[in-house]
Amino acid sequence: MHALKWWQRGMVGFSLAVLAFLYLPIVMLVLFSFNDSKVTSFPLAGFTLHWYEAFLANQQMLRALWNSLVVAVCATALSVVVGVTAAIALDRYEFPGKRLFQNAILLPLSLPGIVTGIAMLNFYKQIGIPQSLTAVVIGHATALLGVVVSQVMARLAKINRRQLEASADLGATPVETFRRVTLPTIRSSIIGSALLCFTLSFDEIPVTYFLTGREVTLPIYIYSTLRRGITPEINAIGTVIVAVSFVLIVLSVTLLRDRDQS
Amino acid sequence: MTLTRRTFPGFAALFSMPFAWVLLLLVVPYGIMISVGFWTRQFPLFYPDFQFGNYAQIFSDPQYTTVILRTLKIAALVTLGALSLGYPLAYFLVFTVRSAALRNLLYMSVVVPLWVSYLLRAYTWKIILGTDGALNSLLVSTGIVSAPLDIFLYNQTAMVITLVYIFVPFMVMPLFTVLDNIPRRLIEASEDLGVGPFMTFWKVIVPLSLGGVIAGSTMTFCLAFGDFVAPVLVGGPDGTMVANLLQTQFGAALNWPLGSALATLVLVIVLVLLQISSRLDTAGRVELT
Repeated sequence: MHALKWWQRGMVGFSLAVLAFLYLPIVMLVLFSFNDSKVTSFPLAGFTLHWYEAFLANQQMLRALWNSLVVAVCATALSVVVGVTAAIALDRYEFPGKRLFQNAILLPLSLPGIVTGIAMLNFYKQIGIPQSLTAVVIGHATALLGVVVSQVMARLAKINRRQLEASADLGATPVETFRRVTLPTIRSSIIGSALLCFTLSFDEIPVTYFLTGREVTLPIYIYSTLRRGITPEINAIGTVIVAVSFVLIVLSVTLLRDRDQS
Repeated sequence: MTLTRRTFPGFAALFSMPFAWVLLLLVVPYGIMISVGFWTRQFPLFYPDFQFGNYAQIFSDPQYTTVILRTLKIAALVTLGALSLGYPLAYFLVFTVRSAALRNLLYMSVVVPLWVSYLLRAYTWKIILGTDGALNSLLVSTGIVSAPLDIFLYNQTAMVITLVYIFVPFMVMPLFTVLDNIPRRLIEASEDLGVGPFMTFWKVIVPLSLGGVIAGSTMTFCLAFGDFVAPVLVGGPDGTMVANLLQTQFGAALNWPLGSALATLVLVIVLVLLQISSRLDTAGRVELT
């Protein structure tokens, strides 16, 4: 490595500072989740697992956690089924309004979630679906469709069409071709986007906020607790969530990325 | 494949389900929201109507205009902040880090926080900036201040810091992509012609990375514009943003028509920005082939 000039060194320092800025708050969260004090201040008061015990004993919080898991699993499953079908249709056919359809699917990703939440609330109210976890599942599945469609389409674009033709020429039915040619190629993009959907749904607030009824999800539970004040229990459950999402995200990024190498 | 009489059945079989789903559960809801924006309210009920009273109220009542202008200001500051942190970081990753493995690792470590619970990342600033928070206790224990300060939390600065923190990765992603696509030979050519690093940066790298700047800024601006968590967690009395007004209309104020009109306004602002940004991006794109 050759010597860096002063401005390059300055930039290295600056960039490392930005990286620290990105991680310091998360480190704080983890640190204070093990800190034996009700307030989140330095110097640290000593190690404790008390806050973890507290959240494991908090029935409301556990119920919200369970709700979140159920919602995320259901929403992801729906999103994958609808999204993969849409991606294959979009990849295979040219039809009028195709761009418009794609833009509609992607809209909830660039639009503030609150607008989508309000739109869905209005709609559900009109057709008489009560605010409930079911409404939340449908809302998440719809809002996250863009994640699946864009990732799977990117992978489909790289399939060699001749393979599909060869498969058809050899007498395979469309279903067989899908199962034996298409699916193996797009499998990792499906798993990757499913993991992404799961994490995003698990953490979702704005849409959930408007669609949920008496049963709440974990982020909504935490959000309403935080409005009343801070409890270190939140640090503990937060640390668990951060740890799990880190694993899921690294996994999905890896799965979504290997298309560049293959 | 283009649609012909022969290919249509296959297309219909595949496409009808996602089409119906998106139409019914996504497009129709946006449409209904837009139309409810024209309804009238006679407390506590709402009646179908077509009148512009809700919009008139939004644009004439200073209570609403102040908040809209403030939200635009905060979103602009957040975008600027994220850009000034994100650009050097992306530049560093692409041009200064030599090893590809290290670059990938660092890039990943920038992107990963983006997907880690947004609520928790906003919340961490509450424990850092609070009166008995980490920053204050650090300042007190090091003797820099004698008593905890309450100036850090519950104001617009805290909101901007929190939102910048949340959106920096969003900014870095497109910037990294455009910078990484700049052919190294262009930079070498510029250096061979005796142009210094700063002029090379200004004349070669900046113009070629504008697409990423536009994409990242649009994304950051739009999402920051509609945020309602940061104002609630770290914003103060002067921190109400459009999204909080929206919450109120659907909660305590119980004025769905007005809320829907306001949400439609946000929708329109975002769509206009996205449109402008895609125009700018195509107009500013330099052909490299």
